[in-house]
Amino acid sequence: MRRAYSRGLVAAAAASALLLSACGGGNDSGSSSGSGGSSSGGTLSIGFMGAQTGPNAQLGINISNGVELALEQHNAKSGVKQVKLIKYDTQGDPTQATNQAKKAVTDKVVAIVGPAFSGESKTADPIFEEAGIPNVSPSATNAQLAKNGWKFWHRVLANDDVQGPGAADFLAKTVGAKTVAVIDDQSDYGKGLADAVRKQLATDGVKVAVNDSINPDASSFAPTVNKVKPANVDAVYFGGYYSAAGKLVKQLRDGGVQGTFMSGDGTLDAQFITGGGAATNGALLTCTCSSAVGSTDPAVQKFAADYKAKYNVDPATYSAEGFDATNIFLQAIDAGKTSPSDINDFVTKIDYKGVSKQIKFDPNGELAGNLLFVTEVKNGKLAFLGDTSQAKPSA
Amino acid sequence: MWNDFTQQFWSSTIDGLTNGAIYGLVAMGYTLVYGVLRLINFAHSEVFMIGTFAALGALTLLGVDSPQSGLALVGVLLLMALIAMAVSGGTAVVLERVAYRPLRKRGASRLAALISAIGASFFMQEVFAIWKGRDQVSFPRVMNKDVLFNIGSGQVRNDKVLVIVAAILMMLALDRFVNTTRLGRGIRATAQDPDTAVLMGVNIDRVVMTTFLIGGILAGLAAALYGVFFEITQYNVGFLLGIKAFTAAVLGGIGNIRGALIGGLVLGLIENYGASIFGTQWLDVVAFSVLVLVLMFRPTGILGENLQRARV
Repeated sequence: MRRAYSRGLVAAAAASALLLSACGGGNDSGSSSGSGGSSSGGTLSIGFMGAQTGPNAQLGINISNGVELALEQHNAKSGVKQVKLIKYDTQGDPTQATNQAKKAVTDKVVAIVGPAFSGESKTADPIFEEAGIPNVSPSATNAQLAKNGWKFWHRVLANDDVQGPGAADFLAKTVGAKTVAVIDDQSDYGKGLADAVRKQLATDGVKVAVNDSINPDASSFAPTVNKVKPANVDAVYFGGYYSAAGKLVKQLRDGGVQGTFMSGDGTLDAQFITGGGAATNGALLTCTCSSAVGSTDPAVQKFAADYKAKYNVDPATYSAEGFDATNIFLQAIDAGKTSPSDINDFVTKIDYKGVSKQIKFDPNGELAGNLLFVTEVKNGKLAFLGDTSQAKPSA
Repeated sequence: MWNDFTQQFWSSTIDGLTNGAIYGLVAMGYTLVYGVLRLINFAHSEVFMIGTFAALGALTLLGVDSPQSGLALVGVLLLMALIAMAVSGGTAVVLERVAYRPLRKRGASRLAALISAIGASFFMQEVFAIWKGRDQVSFPRVMNKDVLFNIGSGQVRNDKVLVIVAAILMMLALDRFVNTTRLGRGIRATAQDPDTAVLMGVNIDRVVMTTFLIGGILAGLAAALYGVFFEITQYNVGFLLGIKAFTAAVLGGIGNIRGALIGGLVLGLIENYGASIFGTQWLDVVAFSVLVLVLMFRPTGILGENLQRARV
């Protein structure tokens, strides 16, 4: 996902991240001084790599919160090997990631949760590959990453190429749309996503009755509404971010356009509902990330409750993925694997029911099954419906 | 392409006029200040932005959280407009005092005033970004958006009628004010020749202040209508709209009050027609190409710059 977070949020996040990274720094020096002992004796160290400070720190913090929760729950059990966490703050910067990756190698961590973003994965993973340290990314979605032939790299969510076609199939099969209007905001992300939807809709035999591109900063989307209205479409798909999506859905509904409104992970934010008001009800939003909030699965509910108890906020985007990625390594360690290569062999063959999804890897490290998840806006709230095979929209 | 245009002709016309009316109201602020001071007041877009937040504040103050009807609706709309107009008018006057008058008194060049305008614009944007956050803020729905009747493919909705009618009434009132009152005569005299106007006993500070006040009041009305119609605002809401309004002022003939409204309506129509023919991604391209074409053949805009020409 490529989205710009509002600076206010980031400032708050950066402040809290400073505190976190200060603690992380303490762990750091402790472990490197005692690393001689840790390789032979009681505790093992795993690393988290991702942004803890910088402009996109909130995503990294969502993940590291999940990681810490998993470790805390593991270490509290009796008779298990204690596992320590070392945080490597990349600030979301690929150059920093290279330095931090080298540091992780010298620290002799046995596994890495991360790198969080696609850019830093590109620069850090060759180093992990050479050192033979298994790593599972909870959030990097660039499709190219799986094509490097890396043996130690995995990710617990589907890549960017899954979202567009998955959304189109969902519109065609589950929603049962026969004619669709596809609108984009002319950004790399929005247009890319909308084009993928257009292509797959054509393959599915759905008529794309209206194609249009808007300027997301404009106040009035009237020309788009006037194109969509006479076409009488069953659904409108929008590729873009939440602020434009909120305005668009409101103007479409006021203009008398019926039919399902659907968009992608750029719109999956409470701000979409704030902007669009009642018009957002029934809107469907896809993401390759899962959501722990509002699930009916007891294990997921327990995760959400524990997370909320520890951090006083609901699990956010990628928190569940961070939790799962950590638990995969802990499974390996509990099974008696302590060397990086043994852990990697274990992880490669794992079939584990995580809180975000069933986790199984393809030989190239991609998550098997290409899961895409759907969230519906119900009564002004984001309600998680599950993956595309099980999601049942109410409208 | 042409099919789309004919099919969407009436709906494009109605939306074009609605957007154009808001452009026109804001454009009048640019045009008045330019007519009197020969200054492009780039901070005018922020006067509009502050008006939208004032309108929203008025709704919060009145505790409006659901659509109103009848007399209650009229009362809410009036109060909301009055508060927005007062706040925007006040902002414009303060802006003149702080950012322009000191420069004018020292005889600074117009370029310095332009930079001061840009600085004031950034200042106000950032203040609101920090105070209100950078995400968009929603208005509650004040009036139900009912379709009154249809013209061809176009739905005539009550809120669109409100915007167009309010803008035209305001333009007529302003036109009367400038052409018939004593203060209006002062404005015209200053526009024609500031030095002679001073010799004739016109208080130029008062004229300039009034000009900014009127521009601000119009922007405040535009802001209240914008809030009712689009139900959303943001710290940078004035940016794109300000550019459009400025374009409308130039298109109609900068310095010309009637030209500002006509420029706004024409710009709104061109945008919507262009978008229906070529696709919405071409909206701005079409609008600005027409601007260039008009200026090539009529450098003074559709109606010409006639606030300062003798129409006294």
